[in-house]
Formats: sequence, C-alpha cells, structure tokens
Amino acid sequence: MTSAVGRHVAPPKFRRRAQRAAIHFVLVCGACVVLLPLAWMVSTSLKDLGDVFLFPPKWIPTPPRWSNYHEALTSLPFGVFFRNTAFYTGACIAGQLVTVSLVGFSFARLRWRGRDIVFMVLLATMMLPGQVTMIPRFLIFRSLGWINTFLPLIVPSWIGGGAFYIFLMRQFLRTIPLEMDEAARIDGCSNFRIYWQIVMPQVKAPLIAVAIFSFQGHWNDFMGPLIYLHTTDRYTVSLGLRMFQGEFGTEWHLMMAASVVAMLPILMLFFLAQRYFIQGVVFTGLKA
Amino acid sequence: MAEREVRTDEAAIARWFQKHGLAAGRRTRRGLLASENRDGWLFASPWIAGFVLFTAGPMVASFVMGLMQWDLLSPPQFAGWSNYTRALRQDPLVWQALRITTAYALGSVPLQMVSGFSLALLLNTGVSGLRWYRTVYYMPAVLGGVEVSLLWIWVYQPQFGLANWMLSLVGIAGPPWLASQTWALPSLVIMSVWGVGQSMVIYLAGLQGVPTTLYEAASADGANWWGRFRHVTLPMVSPVLFFQLVMGIIGALQVFTAGYVMTAGGPNNATLFFVLHLYRNAFQYFKMGYACSLAWLLFLYVSALTLLTFRSSSAWVYYETELRT
Repeated sequence: MTSAVGRHVAPPKFRRRAQRAAIHFVLVCGACVVLLPLAWMVSTSLKDLGDVFLFPPKWIPTPPRWSNYHEALTSLPFGVFFRNTAFYTGACIAGQLVTVSLVGFSFARLRWRGRDIVFMVLLATMMLPGQVTMIPRFLIFRSLGWINTFLPLIVPSWIGGGAFYIFLMRQFLRTIPLEMDEAARIDGCSNFRIYWQIVMPQVKAPLIAVAIFSFQGHWNDFMGPLIYLHTTDRYTVSLGLRMFQGEFGTEWHLMMAASVVAMLPILMLFFLAQRYFIQGVVFTGLKA
Repeated sequence: MAEREVRTDEAAIARWFQKHGLAAGRRTRRGLLASENRDGWLFASPWIAGFVLFTAGPMVASFVMGLMQWDLLSPPQFAGWSNYTRALRQDPLVWQALRITTAYALGSVPLQMVSGFSLALLLNTGVSGLRWYRTVYYMPAVLGGVEVSLLWIWVYQPQFGLANWMLSLVGIAGPPWLASQTWALPSLVIMSVWGVGQSMVIYLAGLQGVPTTLYEAASADGANWWGRFRHVTLPMVSPVLFFQLVMGIIGALQVFTAGYVMTAGGPNNATLFFVLHLYRNAFQYFKMGYACSLAWLLFLYVSALTLLTFRSSSAWVYYETELRT
C-alpha cells in the first residue's frame, strides 16, 4: 500500500514486486466478492427447481435450462411492463435533456438579476428529502385525475428537470469560454441561437451523462411507480418484479431469470457508455 | 422599461462594437444586459415553475396538512400540533423507525466510505489493470431497485443462500439473516456496501487530482508513507470525503426499497425505516396529515444532521482557498 510516489524511496526490487502482488491479490479478492452475487443470480436462473435447493450449490447447471427465461417472462405480462418502463423512461429523459440544458445554460452563461439567489435555492433543494413534498404532490396529481397514468412521473422531468442534473450541466457549461457567446451576441445572435447552435454542440458528453443517469434512475425507480401506478397494464418492470415475488415467491430460478432480464438494459448501457457514467459521477461527486 | 431597452438592442450593439467593449456607454450595456436578463429568467423558467409547483407549493401544503387530520374521505380537520405530539409521544414506531434508520446510516455510511476510500487508495498506486478493476467494482452501483433486492433475498436465504454457503466453507453456521431480528439490519448494511463502486470512482478522481509536487516536497522533508498520507493525501481529499459524507447521510436516511421489498419492515420492525413508516401511514392507512408531520420530522432530522456535519467540517475539511484568507 504505497503511493505512486513511493518511487523516491526506491525500495528493493523484490519488495516492490511483493507489494504489487499483494495489492493485486486484495483487488482480485474484492472483485470476486463483488461479482459473486451476480454469478449466483445467473447460475440460479439456469437451474431447474431441484438443483436450486442443492447444498452445497452446484455452480454450473447441466444442462442450463434456458426455458426458465421463457417461463418467467410469460407467466406475467412482462412485455407490457418493459414497454411501459421504456415509454416513461424515454419521456423523462427527453424532458430532462431539454429542461436541464436550457436551465443550466441560463445559470452558467446568462447574467440576470437574482440568478445567484435562485441558484442557491436550487442547490438547497438538492438537500431536501423528497418525502416532504411527496404527499402534496400526490394530492395535486390526484386532483388532476392523473393517478394511474404516467403523467405524474413524466411531467416533473419537463417542468423542473431535477436540481442535481441542472447543477451538473451548469458546472460543465461554465468550463466553455464565454468569449464565444460575446462574439456571437455582438454579431446579433439571439440567446436562444447561442444556446442551440454554439453551446449545445459542445456539451454532448454531459448531456449523455444526464441521459444515462436519468435512464438509470427511472429504470430502477420503485417508489414513484408504486405510488402512482395501480393497475397491471400500467405496471413498470420493478412493480412487475414485485408482483412476481408475491406470486412465485419460492421459485427462485424463475425469479432470478426475471431479475437478470430486468438488469440487462442497464448493464448493456453501462458497458457501452462506461466512460460517460464515470465522467458524470466524478463530476458531480467532486464539485460541491 | 425593459421593453424599450430591448428595442434599442441592435443599435446599441453596433455602437458598443465600435467603441470596443468596455468603453461602451452605459445605456448600451444596459440594453445588452436587459435582453440577457429577460432570457435568463425565460430559460430558467422550467425549473422555477417546477420549483413553485412541485417543491415550494407542496412544502407549504405539507406543513399546513401536518396540522390537520385527513383520511381523504372526510374533509380535513384542523388539529394543531397534535400530529406532532402524537408522533413523538404516542407512536412508539416513530422512535423505532428513527433508531433503525439512524443505525442503518451509522453502519452503512462509514463502511461505504472506508471501503470505497481504501479501494481507491489501492487503485491509485499505479497498479496495472486499473480500468478493469474500476469497471468490475462500479458495475453493481449502476444496478438498483427491486432486482437487486430480490437477488439479495436469495443471497441471504438461510439454507441454500450464497452467504451461508460461503460461511460454511470456513466452518461457520450462518445466521438466518433477513429472518432474524438481530441480523436483518446488518444484512441490509452489508448489502449497501455492494454499491461502493460509485464513491470509489469519486475518491479515485480526487486522489488523482492531488498534485505530485506535494508528495515530492513531503518526501524531501523525510515523510514516510504514513506521513505523506496523513499530511498530504487526507487534507487534499477531505472536501471530497466531506461531500460524500453529507450526501451519504442524506441518502441513507431515505432508504425505502430494500426495507419494503426485502423485509417489509420486519421481523418485529427490526428494519422499519422511517420512510417506510411514513409511506404506510400515507398510502396504506391514508393518514395524510399525520404522514406530512412525519415527513417534517424527517426533514428536521436530516437538516440537523447535515448542519452538525457542516459544523464539524471546519475541524477536518481543508479548502485550498483558505490559504488566501
């Protein structure tokens, strides 16, 4: 556990090698512990019910029962659940990209009276537990007749957009030199054109990061759909899985198969866009 | 007033351009600023509207409702502070929920910080395969919600679960985990550490941002590994640690899904998180006013803890800007 600059001390070669090996050993052990539950899940999802309850467990099912997946996904209307989740997640992402980029642009690149106060309020809302506003929000949407529709989940993305994401966008937008805006403004360019044609093309990375976080947040969200969606035809994947748990509580192989499928979209996205995940996390986690 | 100035924009800009920036007359600069002022508000309006409709308004409403009895069926009745006194004096589950939630935060937040930071320190030693390790450790953090809860129920299954199988390898007969009143909460704490990759990535970035010249200087002064860690690394990353601590506390106090899906608050309320108690009062017992008062109690608790953390920060968080003052 030496730091990268331990080099100055120039320890003997074998000691340095031993240190390296020890570090790798700890990291590999940690990685195994982290991956084991996922391997366990996939392994279980391919067993038949008899093998599920073997102790000690058989890790590699022979033969793998791929039909578990078919069985798990057809026992409940998972197709509908996936479609619902995709629809509402997509609508939320679209709303958040528009709102968050516009508002972030305003905070980062336009001077207006009261801006700093409003921004402080925005930061303060990041610390507010959502439960404080949860019940009145529910009652507002109820009085609008929006219960059991996707509107209560989507509309706040278009109006509001999420303080956390706005903060992220603003931080990125502040790193682009302001001179470009000034030059464009002098040439008679409207603020909207500056936003759309000059600034937006340069911030694809943070926009992708917002889209990814939004996807992750909505795909995994449980409490929102639980509160607002009440009939099976409107259920999201997480509500569907919860229902599955209630009905097939002991059929672990099917439950794990359904869980694997529910995780797949996010895992695929993670491997495709890892760079943006990490950039976004780093950026929001460092700049308080 | 703003209208007229906006109309003079184009002429003003032309003159401003001729006179080179700062030499411009006051009226023209004001004209430019006026259009920026208007558009600034306009562009920020989606958030401002959202804030008024979905945050500020509901906060006021929530406070007022906290002073009422309301079951959604009959009209609300004003009840003064009785919801609050009832919560604190007559509802033992409130104190249980506060205890459980606090214990969860006290367990999971430090555990996540220590393990995340240790991993980051290991990865920051210039070890090869950094990207591989980072990917593996970060992967569980992108997952969440019900899938993860279901997976961990199966991991903790007393007879055939992964956890007790691993313990059996070293000759330990594992506890019944989620079914045990003693072990249910620690089970959820252990599970929370699985998502440590997110903070690890943040710490790693913080560590990589520490200027190497500081380490060189410390080494030149004869500092050993511990000295460099204690006097360079820790102070330089303390703002990151602080930010993670604050966000960790706020997040841990709002845990819901795991308690709802994995244990339903049990056994014997051993995992009754505060938000779960609140949710039940609101959406299962329809005590809307009472649930609002609970939300405010949670808010007060979160604020108090956050404030305490901020107060403590001057003792241990080091900001570079302090050098200048």
